[in-house]
Amino acid sequence: MIYCRMFDVPSWRLAGPFQELENVRQRMENLYSRMLDGTSSKFHAGVFPMVNLTEDKENYYIRAELPGIAAEYLNIQATGRSLSISGERKIPLEGENVKYHRREREAGRFNRGISLPGDIDSEKIVASLVNGVLKIRVPKADAVKPRQISIR
Amino acid sequence: MMEPDARELQVKEKKEVTASSEQTQTGLVYTPEVDIFETEQALTLLADMPGVTPENLSIDLREDVLTLSGNTVPAQSPSEEPLVIEYGVGKYYRQFTLSEMIDQTKITAVIKDGVLRLTLPKIEKASPRKITVSAG
Repeated sequence: MIYCRMFDVPSWRLAGPFQELENVRQRMENLYSRMLDGTSSKFHAGVFPMVNLTEDKENYYIRAELPGIAAEYLNIQATGRSLSISGERKIPLEGENVKYHRREREAGRFNRGISLPGDIDSEKIVASLVNGVLKIRVPKADAVKPRQISIR
Repeated sequence: MMEPDARELQVKEKKEVTASSEQTQTGLVYTPEVDIFETEQALTLLADMPGVTPENLSIDLREDVLTLSGNTVPAQSPSEEPLVIEYGVGKYYRQFTLSEMIDQTKITAVIKDGVLRLTLPKIEKASPRKITVSAG
């Protein structure tokens, strides 16, 4: 694809000296708009698994994609305000006389720590693993939950 | 539980599809990672598609082209505010051209814990057929 982009400028066109600069400027703009587009974030901690952290009034939610990882190989621990997700992904051997064409899926151990921005109620954390997606609901501590104040 | 010599899993960004044909629906599309292996009897494909349920997965084999496409539903409810978003959630799409003759009547597909296991038994000529997915 890069090859196409580099050579798709028709040679018969009399490109002015500023044309190339304009192209570069446009490419930079595309890059920035992609980076700032929150839906496909390129910023992550560089530790497996990548996690998404969200909150509502009552809870924090941590989600991670862990396909093919059995719940018994997953270990979730909470200490203070932080949470750790560790475990191992195993890919069983497929027997003798097997010829691999592609091997993109990887096996191995992982350990990810996540610090939450506020106090949590670690007694009431609930985790579920459905269709290879881990979801952890972490209730906020009562002291940090927003309280509606009625005016008399 | 854990083997001490097992290697550490490295983080890998999900690969967005950069196909020449564009999708009609907007949204993110990712390439699932696959293992493909062959025995004398069959070709087996394993694909990581977290968040895809049997109902949302379609597998299509016509001529020699195998198409996998899986839809996911947004995991977050609208009341949630994002704090840290490291990965995107979207569709999965990937196509393969098969060189082996596949017995289309005996194809089986199982999706379990976000991993698709597709078994394509060899032999006979190819004719278009839609493959149904059963829950794992």
